[in-house]
Amino acid sequence: MQYDEKRLTRIVATDCGSTTTKAILIEWVDGEYRQTIRGEAPTTVEAPLNDVTKGVINATQELEELARLKYKNPNIRFMENGKFVIPRKGDLGIDAYVSTSSAGGGLQMMVTGVVASMTGESAERAALGAGAIVMDLIASNDKRMNHEKIERIRQLRPDMILMAGGEDGGTIKHVVEMAELVSGADPKPRLGSSYKLPVIYAGNKEARQNIIDALGEKVDLIVTENIRPKLETENLGPARDKIHDLFMEHVMKQAPGYNKLMEWAMGPDLESVPIMPTPAAVGNIMQTIAKDEKIEVVGVDIGGATTDVFSVFTDEYVFNRTVSANLGMSYSISNVLASSGLDNIMRWVPFDIDESELRNMIKNKMIRPTTIPSLLEELVLEQAIAKEALRLAFEQHKQFASSLKGMQRQRDISEAFSQSTSGASIVNLMTLNLLVGSGGVLSHAPRRNQTVMMLIDAFLPEGVTRLAVDSIFMMPHLGVLSEICAKAATEVFRKDCMVYLGTCVAPVGKGKNGKPALYAKLELPDGKKFEEEIPFGEVRLIPLDEGKVAKATLKTFGGLVLDKDKNKELTIDLHGGKIGIVLDTRGRQPFVLPTEKAERIASLKKWMRELNAYPEHILV
Amino acid sequence: MGQAYSAGLTVTDSIILRKERILPLKGKVLVKKGDKVKAEDVVAETLLPGKVVPFNLANKLGVTPAQLDVYIKIKPGQQITKETILAENKGLFGLGIFKSEVRSPVDGEVENISSVTGQVLLREPRIPVQVKAFMDGMVTEVMPDEGVVIENKSAYIQGIFGIGDETVGELKMLAATPDDELDGAKIDESCRGKIIVAGAFVRFHVIDIARKHGVKAIITGGIDDQDLKKLIGYDIGVAITGHEKVGITIICTEGFGKITMAQKTFDLLKAFSGKKTSVHGHTQIRAGVIRPEIIIPMNFEESELVTKEASMPVLEPGTLIRIIRQPHFGRIAKVTSLPEELTKVESETMVRILEGEFEDGTKFSMPRANVEVIES
Repeated sequence: MQYDEKRLTRIVATDCGSTTTKAILIEWVDGEYRQTIRGEAPTTVEAPLNDVTKGVINATQELEELARLKYKNPNIRFMENGKFVIPRKGDLGIDAYVSTSSAGGGLQMMVTGVVASMTGESAERAALGAGAIVMDLIASNDKRMNHEKIERIRQLRPDMILMAGGEDGGTIKHVVEMAELVSGADPKPRLGSSYKLPVIYAGNKEARQNIIDALGEKVDLIVTENIRPKLETENLGPARDKIHDLFMEHVMKQAPGYNKLMEWAMGPDLESVPIMPTPAAVGNIMQTIAKDEKIEVVGVDIGGATTDVFSVFTDEYVFNRTVSANLGMSYSISNVLASSGLDNIMRWVPFDIDESELRNMIKNKMIRPTTIPSLLEELVLEQAIAKEALRLAFEQHKQFASSLKGMQRQRDISEAFSQSTSGASIVNLMTLNLLVGSGGVLSHAPRRNQTVMMLIDAFLPEGVTRLAVDSIFMMPHLGVLSEICAKAATEVFRKDCMVYLGTCVAPVGKGKNGKPALYAKLELPDGKKFEEEIPFGEVRLIPLDEGKVAKATLKTFGGLVLDKDKNKELTIDLHGGKIGIVLDTRGRQPFVLPTEKAERIASLKKWMRELNAYPEHILV
Repeated sequence: MGQAYSAGLTVTDSIILRKERILPLKGKVLVKKGDKVKAEDVVAETLLPGKVVPFNLANKLGVTPAQLDVYIKIKPGQQITKETILAENKGLFGLGIFKSEVRSPVDGEVENISSVTGQVLLREPRIPVQVKAFMDGMVTEVMPDEGVVIENKSAYIQGIFGIGDETVGELKMLAATPDDELDGAKIDESCRGKIIVAGAFVRFHVIDIARKHGVKAIITGGIDDQDLKKLIGYDIGVAITGHEKVGITIICTEGFGKITMAQKTFDLLKAFSGKKTSVHGHTQIRAGVIRPEIIIPMNFEESELVTKEASMPVLEPGTLIRIIRQPHFGRIAKVTSLPEELTKVESETMVRILEGEFEDGTKFSMPRANVEVIES
């Protein structure tokens, strides 16, 4: 059902993230829909509250207070007795409340197999490939007693279980024994909601009926293709895709108090508006951008527990979405360190810091996820970690977007024990037109220059790429709002949400520091000119406002190229934005940072200073 | 703005607690509703069948399966030990010369004897799986065949992070002040079986000394990330802990690094030094957070077992707070005002702040997200 301004004049939309609940107010003002006020509060998924709607109340309370200030009207209220008043009656109430949720946070799974080193490991690879953390691998031959295995399942409270085991036509007995164990544990979803725990069976197809008999009643059983149909054949794709879809549709949006939240979300006729998983809502927005503008897009939403990457490539607008379930800036921050390694984080830090101090800082953020960096040094460190989280999530996305779903991969016996991937990714940075960032660390960076820096350093865009950011993090809200009012979602998206930052020009190829890399002549609309032969290993920022275009003549030196056709010369229009045009001659494929620490720190400072990313005093 | 919600951990000298104690498999509940139980009491148990050991007795004795019947000394269902003679022959000419006997390889029970193969099946003793009460208290609910609910009144502290399983012992204060680093020399045999309290910090080698002296658990303000890695053997990515087998339980009340223990926590532990205490390090930092717990049971009447409704910790002028991120990590202060407008902090981030005052009268401002309420 779609409504217009006759029925919808004031809407509250929230996104219940794992760490923060963000509320926005959308109003019909002077003949148009605008996002007018924003409030936020910690997500309440810990005792004693342990009810996500408390965070919604707190964030809405902030909206109300700011609305009263803005409109100098002390009577404005959206809630009464802790509930939204719908429909609006003058100053009291709103016309609709909609929400997205990713409050459930990361994905932690258990996997089972018959032989730990065979089917068990295949199951583990499928789970890891889907971005999950594997909490434990339970196998028939793992030497633990059955009651210990049951105890383990109960204590760890997995979000999902992947059961594998047996070649097709192989053992049934052992696989069924595993199912009996899972049945004995009677696993419940950790958040105690009404849904059943998802269990994916991807083992011997001959045992399917036995598994259904053993587990069908107790869990949400999903049967998919065997991940190890033969000893030498591994078929991880179908199980991995199922894990991914189930996580997004079921686990991620769940939270304590979720049922109440569902009851709250309603339109002006008091009809229920389903809660949308955050990545589904953002995915809708990314696809709309690509189709409306007829361009290739990569988008990212980095949260506290997960990082979601979206891409639309090729003339057919092939859409891919990955949810890296354990890469994020609060709950998952320590996992970013564990996955990337300390050196990879340190390579982005422009000052010396004691290693143990940094490690402890990261762990403290993990155990107190709602805190924010108030010191500049801590902000710089968090942004360094964000670059690695984004890089890793993008790597995962490229791998996922490389193979056709359901495709089998043949392995020989020797390969069966090693993990390798194949298939060319359809993600092509050289043809990419637009890179869009969203999520707290990108949308709320104190300077948009920092957002530009993080996007470039993490994604390493190639050739000519426009950059944009979700202004205050409202893409999820607009994604779900479009379900009841596409008009409001579109208007707000164009006027208040999408902020163009500028364009990055990055020649691809190797070079030598100091040697000429790129000649750039930019004719700016105010008549000024920028002209320079930029050496390799440099960054330049040319301010150019949003909506303005610079006529550019670009020419590369050495082996560097500018586009997919390997052109070394281009005459092109470059679009401005809040920050402007970035000319990046640090090279691509490979992009290499100096290995020697002093030299690296000097380079980082030089680039950060050029991008005006941080106050001067921290770069001295 | 008059007030705002703020997250915080519970530290209180009196709370009504409720714990479910459930068997992994169905079994027998050994207590009844209204029983007072001690932490170490087994409240429910189940007996798992022991391992079956096939044993070719005829072969061992050097007779044919058919002959075994003559020499066998056991029958199905009989309890046996490693001393039990399963079968013996009569020796040369039946005179006992070169007599040979076969003793049981295991303790347990005779399951089956086959005169066709000459093999006996012996079953090792049944394995008890038990659930203990974990904390002194009263059984207030029985779930037949599964377990019980125990309730009590306790002094109670929620830790921020921990490792290691449930354990029970006497609380022993080793720190003189909340900013003490635990000195290994203070740990001796008097700490055996105890739960010891460090102040701000404990290092790996001191944890090791504690393990050697049989200390059951350490309560500390902070621990170093690398010491934790040494202790458990891997780097924690996502904080889901509590089942590490490292021979000791560790509970951090503040976090990672050397962080002064909150005065209220320290005072509470000091006041209850010498008391029987139940602790665990179970931590799950994800939606539906689980934090480690320190439980010091107290005497109570059944009528006191009424759980209060959870209240929302609220920030308002006058609220006592603790700072939980740099700068001033760990310091205590009082809120003086809560400005409504977004304010720029040192990192240039625009946030909602609070203004506060330290005990020495120094004033400061800070993002509201970086403090927790100390409930009085």
